[in-house]
Amino acid sequence: MIQYIYLAVLLPLLGFLINGIFGSRIKNEKVIGIIGSGAIGLSFIVMLGAFFQTLGLPVDQRQNIVKLFTWISAGGLNVGVAYQVDQLSLIMGLIVTGVGFIIHVYSMGYMHGDKSYWRYFAYLNLFIFAMMNLILGDNFVLLFLGWEGVGLCSYLLIGFWYDRKFEKGTTSEAAKKAFVVNRIGDFGFLLGMFLIYLTFGSLNFNDVFSRAVAMPIETSVFTFIALFLFIGATGKSAQIPLFVWLPDAMAGPTPVSALIHAATMVTAGVYMVARCSIIFASAPAIMTLVAVVGLLTAFFAATVGLVQNDIKKVLAYSTISQLGYMFLALGVGAFSAGIFHVMTHAFFKALLFLGAGSVIHSMHDEQDMRKYGGLKKYMPHTYITFVVAALAISGIPPLSGFFSKDEILWKAFSSGGFGYWLVGAFTALMTAFYMFRLVTLTFEGKPRFDEHNVHPHESPKVMTIPLMILAVLSIIGGFIGIPEIFSGEHGNVFENWLAPLFAPAQTKLMTYGNHSAFLEILLMAVSVIGAVCAILFARYVYLKNIRIAGKTVKASKGLYTLLLNKYYIDELYEAVFVKPIGRFSEAFLWKINDNKIIDGAVNGTASLVSVISNNIRKIQTGVAQFYALIMVAGIVAALFWLIISL
Amino acid sequence: MVNNQLLSYLLLTPLIGGGLILFMPKAKENAIRYAGLFISLIAFVISLFLYAGFDQHNPGFQFTQKFLWIDNLNISYFVGIDGISLLMLLLTTFLTPLTLISTWKGGITKKIKEFTFFMLMLEVGMIGVFISLDMFLFYIFWEAMLIPMYFIIGVWGGEQRIYATVKFFIYTMFGSLLMLVAIIWLAVYASGPLGIFTTNLLDLYKVGPNVPRDIQNYMFLAFAFSFAIKVPLFPLHTWLPDAHTQAPTAGSVILAGVLLKMGTYGLIRFCLPLFPQAAVYFAPFISILAIIGIIYGALVAMVQKDIKRLVAYSSVSHLGFVVLGIFALTQESVQGAVIQMVNHGLSTGALFLIVGMIYERTHTREISFYGGIAKIVPIFSFALMFASLSSMGLPGLNGFVGEFLILIGSFKSPVLNSWWYTIFAASGVIFAAIYLLWLYQRVVFGEVKNPKLESLTDLSPREMLILVPIFFFIVWIGVYPSTFLNISAASSGRVIEQVLYPLSSLVK
Repeated sequence: MIQYIYLAVLLPLLGFLINGIFGSRIKNEKVIGIIGSGAIGLSFIVMLGAFFQTLGLPVDQRQNIVKLFTWISAGGLNVGVAYQVDQLSLIMGLIVTGVGFIIHVYSMGYMHGDKSYWRYFAYLNLFIFAMMNLILGDNFVLLFLGWEGVGLCSYLLIGFWYDRKFEKGTTSEAAKKAFVVNRIGDFGFLLGMFLIYLTFGSLNFNDVFSRAVAMPIETSVFTFIALFLFIGATGKSAQIPLFVWLPDAMAGPTPVSALIHAATMVTAGVYMVARCSIIFASAPAIMTLVAVVGLLTAFFAATVGLVQNDIKKVLAYSTISQLGYMFLALGVGAFSAGIFHVMTHAFFKALLFLGAGSVIHSMHDEQDMRKYGGLKKYMPHTYITFVVAALAISGIPPLSGFFSKDEILWKAFSSGGFGYWLVGAFTALMTAFYMFRLVTLTFEGKPRFDEHNVHPHESPKVMTIPLMILAVLSIIGGFIGIPEIFSGEHGNVFENWLAPLFAPAQTKLMTYGNHSAFLEILLMAVSVIGAVCAILFARYVYLKNIRIAGKTVKASKGLYTLLLNKYYIDELYEAVFVKPIGRFSEAFLWKINDNKIIDGAVNGTASLVSVISNNIRKIQTGVAQFYALIMVAGIVAALFWLIISL
Repeated sequence: MVNNQLLSYLLLTPLIGGGLILFMPKAKENAIRYAGLFISLIAFVISLFLYAGFDQHNPGFQFTQKFLWIDNLNISYFVGIDGISLLMLLLTTFLTPLTLISTWKGGITKKIKEFTFFMLMLEVGMIGVFISLDMFLFYIFWEAMLIPMYFIIGVWGGEQRIYATVKFFIYTMFGSLLMLVAIIWLAVYASGPLGIFTTNLLDLYKVGPNVPRDIQNYMFLAFAFSFAIKVPLFPLHTWLPDAHTQAPTAGSVILAGVLLKMGTYGLIRFCLPLFPQAAVYFAPFISILAIIGIIYGALVAMVQKDIKRLVAYSSVSHLGFVVLGIFALTQESVQGAVIQMVNHGLSTGALFLIVGMIYERTHTREISFYGGIAKIVPIFSFALMFASLSSMGLPGLNGFVGEFLILIGSFKSPVLNSWWYTIFAASGVIFAAIYLLWLYQRVVFGEVKNPKLESLTDLSPREMLILVPIFFFIVWIGVYPSTFLNISAASSGRVIEQVLYPLSSLVK
């Protein structure tokens, strides 16, 4: 299957073309949905085949490149459309096509009756196509094609309901914001690529990384490359300072939020940093930056998540926060732990979003949790699967989130320090709290909606079965990454699978400090107990004693408003960047510089010429003798000049 | 020997064809339209033959033809093409028939015969510029081309067409005169080492690098000034928004698609190889102007209220990239610049065509007039999106290939030798996304607020027929640019060698 890996990329493209070109003429929703989902399903099968084939190969032969054709070749630059099948791309590819397929199927129910059903599936398939290029590309430029491509699809899907209002503006404003903020990151990524090309003379992963291994760590160019690439990652993966687009991205249909803005696209930055592990490992300063940015993002996003009332907003901030964890892992050199969390997060966060979608669907597009309540009796399947996901993200053993999150916290402690662990663990506590605040407000207690007009109902099977599959994955998904202290001689299977890829980077990093297994279990216990307490506390507050919440809000009004308004970051950017640039361009560049200064000079020259010629015109007397006189004078002058110059 | 006359056939086709159209009865408008289309299609087919017969590995000029024209001044009719001119010819002959079709319904309603004639004369001028290897011949085409453009804007343009044409004329004539002086000076100077007064470009190539440095600087500036106006390079760009806004759609398409490229083509063909030391000396200065143009054009485009003006300013930004690529003087950047010239012709040409299509329906270019038309005219909306994406350099489409090569080439350029050029230039990718997506958001997305828009009709088959070939090449260049990069590779290499190693290339 490895040599046919391009099918995994092209099938989604085919699906896009069929639905995109003929979709408006296919009146049957089922046909469109089956084409769209089928393309991804087949793509998943190809990935699966390639995975098992690779599994059967000896460790040193598990990296294969399938080249299709030369893409851009000029001067020393030569990049191809070529796909790299290795441990990392296989894992990512399986996540994208697997979770992608489930979400496609779910969408068939969720988007039922939408007038642009075909357009939705076309975009979704295009997204998978771009994402697969991002993951499988064997060079930076192809990765960038996917990188920008997923950004485009994200844009198209956020603004999918282009005539709807969203918060203070429209969905298309949110879409544009997402694209532009992403492009700011892409600007960094581009510079990173240029510097890589300048330094290594190539943009193919194998060339670059093998040359990077040989270079001494003191080379400062690594710092710049890693910094530029990381700027790119902060854009795509919504980290400080470029996270502002992700909350607004919730304007899109909810399955889109699940697929693009939770499970796959936003993890592209994590993938890219992991892919370039050798470069980052050679830039210690930037590694620290990655860890700190990740940690801060995790923390601050979680604080905002505590007070949001829109169900999708809570999940959006939770996603930003979880992505922060992944960067924390990368920053402390635990690359495989970061990827592991990408995987488990894909399961449980997709499930959370799809569950939220199921709720929104049945509540007639209401997203305010204050207008929910007691929904568990109306939609038991959604409820149960949602609780599973919430437990997973809270890090309750033995669910998947527990293993991946604790792995990160442990690595943060052992190679970062106690401070990292403390902030990380506290963030985990907040996560557990806001997740169960959400669960309690939505599913438990008494209904707070008008039961006569709103009749919540369980979603159809096409939506609930995907929820169940994801719930199973959220439960068992962590077992392939059981830490060494529990699994004994086999070690961490997931880590071992990826180890050959990250080995060069690990040798450049400082070795982990030697900590006892006892300490590891102790810290684990602390964070689990903390999470359980947070969950119970959330249930107590929002089920039994809501006044506590009210009192807290009153007592810390300033902090509450600050959090509710997301630290006013949007307003800050608006005031510092957006408005001034717009005003400067219009008032000064256009209306003064172009219209007054430059055109003034041009028009001034023109009128000067006409003034002069008006005066010179007076010489044109029409008297032939006068002309002859002038002519003779001219000839004399010319002769005179010639003689002198001889 | 047919090969050697192919370029002349290409030149004569629209010339004779245009002449014949003058003899057609005025009332037979459709016959005139089809005749114009037919003639321009023949020209396109001839340029395909040129492509087929072109040797991509030969960096020199091919299909050359030469005979003495003005005996006592030793001026020849000397034509020939290299890979760079071939791409320009393909672009010119490809766009001309499409623009002609675009005027068939509503675009041009009066004086069809004259219009078709001027369009064909314009094509003659453009072809002439790209094939001339004699400076004098080049100058004649360069100037002659202004005349049809003058009439196209002046007769068929918008309300302020007279102001726009005069401005266009003053700007261009001013530059041209400086160039003429420089051409004559160079030809006179050449009579020293060569022993004969000549305007033969290939001979002058051998002379130029030996011109004393201080004079060379003046010569370079005289040429560069003339070309910079055409490009247009900041701050010589203010004729462009007016000319574009006032020109009829077909005029804007040719103006953006081909005419601006004559500026950048001139830089590559004349400025660089003729005055290599001066070119290297001024490269940082011109690159800075180009980068200012990239950012300035984008920022001003962002705040425009008229769609066509917005697209016009975006051209200032895009051409800034091309100039940067040329003066970075690396294989990557020059090839990027050449392909970007083609790209800009396709994507901005498409944008002007699309804007023209909606203008023909509503007769307004005010952005605020529109909004929410995605629902009413989905195919139009798709076309505008596609052209915008191409223009903003989305990977997979054409614009990316050019921009990427230019930026990566300028980053490693030994001539510029600083990261800052590229860092500032690359910020253009952010601004391009802002002004195009914001335009799109205001025109296409949202709710329909203007009841007049309800009755809009979507693109007709004729209009789709115009756009489909352009979109086809937008994808082709984006996915498999090798077809086009290979054409310019050897020639670009030769130009760079001429500039960076003038003395060793003279020995050859």
